[in-house]
Amino acid sequence: MAMLEVNHLSIQFGGLRAVDGFHLNIEKGELYGLIGPNGAGKTTVFNLLTGVYKPTEGIIRLDGQDITGKSTIEINKAGIARTFQNIRLFKDMPVLDNVKAGLHNHYQYSVLTGVLRLPKYFKVEKEMNEKAMEILKVFDLDKEANLLAGNLPYGKQRKLEIARALATEPKLLLLDEPAAGMNPNETLELMDTIRFVQEHFHMTTLLIEHDMKLVGGICEKLTVLNFGQVLTQGETSEVLNNPQVITAYLGE
Amino acid sequence: MKNKMNKTTKNNFITYGIVILLFAVVQTLSSTGNLSRLLTGLLVPLCVYTIAAVSLNLVVGFSGELSLGHAGFMCVGAYSSALFSHMTADALPSVPRFILAILVGAVVAGVFGVLIGIPVLRLRGDYLAIVTLAFGEIIKNLINILYVGVDENGIHVATTSAGFKLAAGGKKILKGALGISGTSALYKDIKENFFLIGVILVLITLFIVQNLVNSRSGRAIMSTRDNRIAAESIGINVTKYKLLAFTVSAALAGVAGVLYSHNLSMLKVSVFDYNMSILILVYVVLGGIGNLRGSMIAAIILYALPELLRGFANYRMLIYAVVLIVMMLFNWAPAARNWRSRMVEKFKGGKMNKEAA
Amino acid sequence: MSFISYLKDGISLGSIYAIIALGYTMVYGIAKMLNFAHGDVIMVGAFVILTAITKGGMSPVLAVLISIVFCTVLGIVIEKVAYRPLRKASSNLAVLITAIGVSYLLQNLALLIFGADAKSFVTVIDVPSLSLFGGALVIKGITIVTIVVSVIIMAALTFFVRKTKPGRAMQAVSEDRDAAQLMGVNVNATISLTFAIGSGLAAIAGLLLCSAYPTLTPYTGAMPGIKAFVAAVFGGIGSIPGAMVGGILLGVIEIFGKAYISSQVADAIVFAVLIIVLLVKPTGLFGKNIQEKV
Repeated sequence: MAMLEVNHLSIQFGGLRAVDGFHLNIEKGELYGLIGPNGAGKTTVFNLLTGVYKPTEGIIRLDGQDITGKSTIEINKAGIARTFQNIRLFKDMPVLDNVKAGLHNHYQYSVLTGVLRLPKYFKVEKEMNEKAMEILKVFDLDKEANLLAGNLPYGKQRKLEIARALATEPKLLLLDEPAAGMNPNETLELMDTIRFVQEHFHMTTLLIEHDMKLVGGICEKLTVLNFGQVLTQGETSEVLNNPQVITAYLGE
Repeated sequence: MKNKMNKTTKNNFITYGIVILLFAVVQTLSSTGNLSRLLTGLLVPLCVYTIAAVSLNLVVGFSGELSLGHAGFMCVGAYSSALFSHMTADALPSVPRFILAILVGAVVAGVFGVLIGIPVLRLRGDYLAIVTLAFGEIIKNLINILYVGVDENGIHVATTSAGFKLAAGGKKILKGALGISGTSALYKDIKENFFLIGVILVLITLFIVQNLVNSRSGRAIMSTRDNRIAAESIGINVTKYKLLAFTVSAALAGVAGVLYSHNLSMLKVSVFDYNMSILILVYVVLGGIGNLRGSMIAAIILYALPELLRGFANYRMLIYAVVLIVMMLFNWAPAARNWRSRMVEKFKGGKMNKEAA
Repeated sequence: MSFISYLKDGISLGSIYAIIALGYTMVYGIAKMLNFAHGDVIMVGAFVILTAITKGGMSPVLAVLISIVFCTVLGIVIEKVAYRPLRKASSNLAVLITAIGVSYLLQNLALLIFGADAKSFVTVIDVPSLSLFGGALVIKGITIVTIVVSVIIMAALTFFVRKTKPGRAMQAVSEDRDAAQLMGVNVNATISLTFAIGSGLAAIAGLLLCSAYPTLTPYTGAMPGIKAFVAAVFGGIGSIPGAMVGGILLGVIEIFGKAYISSQVADAIVFAVLIIVLLVKPTGLFGKNIQEKV
């Protein structure tokens, strides 16, 4: 059974079918790419998978569990975490606290424990700090732990968003254009980080990307989306050599 | 990391320290007879507005929602606790009665916080602001027509003066627009210590808000402020944490209301209008959104300012208005901020040149 | 017949709210700020008329014209001095608090100049009453004038915003300020113009309000200001027909509440209706639904 199974997924905005009959199977441990021209509906697929939009039709299963139409919060608890195309960090909070916010549902103590500073507060906070620093180290952000997230340079903000998503201990990680706005060096470094995350955290990843070098370099499989529909899907090398895909990208 | 923990804790203790220091200074001045009657009369209200400002900052600064109905929660706390004090005046000695009155005010205001928060927090931005203002005005209007009294048959509630009839020997407590009178007289024996009690309540408020903000729940509250959609994407229940901040803030405003009503011999509902909510919001914004110590200091200075300007008679509120506008422009206008940072640079640069020479 | 009589009182009061709400809604739509001082400009306008007639011995028409000019200039100056420097501030609370400061300033200047005691307003609009159904229903002249004036203003404003160049510039700035700037719209001038129109309308509202309820204090504008803001939100803030419909509904609800339920809770009823409307339709009756793009 695939880790993520999506069938007949569609959404209609007014008269426009932004995503139409989308289907996708991702196996555990795969690094999967979702590509397509601008406006093809890639981010809309992410928004459907994470419950930001409710699908008009279709079914989404994570590890066999039906998560169609659930709220963003429930879907995150079920095991999908994501990043955003237009970075959405908690800008006025320190870098460390951004990750600790991601740990929210895994390290618990009550409101009263926090206000009264009961021993459990100190114990859990210590564990959270250690865990958060461990994650930050993976992304080479540990030295910036006390900076405000909004003051980080752009590339590091993208990394912090991935770190925060990983803190929620997801089964499936969705990355929306992780290399957008990065220079070639930063992109190379990001590719290494994504590969490392894949192995170190035993992650399954679905990513949206425009940078063909990145997609070709790290994705094992690809789905190409065009006008809200699946144009083709399969092994990366096959898909990239498909004439239909080339036409979709470069035009007639 | 360890450093950061220490820094927040240190910061919190500095705030407590300032409160205790101010208290000590005032006590010394007062015992040596150097405190004017005017200032003595300001002490308890200063505590009231400090509690109100610190608690409002939890909503405005940390959960990022603009509330214009804070006076409504103070009003609920003030009236529920005053009613309680009158009803139990013969049954309980004043110290436990006052402690219970504080709890009653906090709980009733907190319950109103939940009831109002659930519908209101579905709205965003300015719409939320106007609805909180509306709730505050509704509370004020409804208490204005409420009559409550006790007699041998129990508690009586009416909405018109004509319908308000008690058996002989009954006690009318809340008399509609006339309000509640004689609450402070119920506490003659501890009235002298109201300032001390006020300071303790300020410390408790700071303790609760500071610790809440620097905890797991506080991070969740701030994450909903910084980015609602991202907060949901990492599994944080936005509504729950916005409601938590709103409710705790309302309950603490209720405590401010308790202190307010018990310090007065005449409590009229008309003071709790939107102007009072706005006044508290001014303290929060001028003291720094999300800065609790700033709220406290702004409340103290700005509350005392018009009172201390009484010598200027009619000019005092005019001066207050001008000071307010100028301070806002100086603190917030990008041009003024740039100018300030240039001045700082210049000063530093000049100093370094001197050292080099 | 009393029902119809209350209804006409409600529409009359509502028309005044509507004119004030138009000022609120235009300023909000274009400058994206709550101008808390708007209500106080009404009070200033009324004082200018009163002073011009009683102290200056001017004719009512001249006094009203001076009042409109005075408020228009006042609106432009307030925007330029107090609000414009904060337009790019990091928190939009800053300009809200400054507006509150301006409101205090206007109230206390008036207090200093005119004193706290209520002045009775002079008769400016002298139109005979209309007697219908053989005297069963009498409509006061001021009521007729108020309703007619508000309809004219609403029509003129709609025409201005839709059909003229500065009006379309206003629409552009309200949609997207930066894009409008890039397209060559003078944003500063457009916002100034909006404040000018809103404040000019406030002067007219001051005249109508004080003609219908002829007492004037430095705080006269505050509560109608808040109510008009509620009316603007009620109708969907930023929408001109919304302000009109919201204002009239609010006036009618208030008068009916006073007449049929209790004059003490009329305000509570008005606010309760606002809350119910917003809970059912969170952007008001005519408001546009804007969803954040993810």
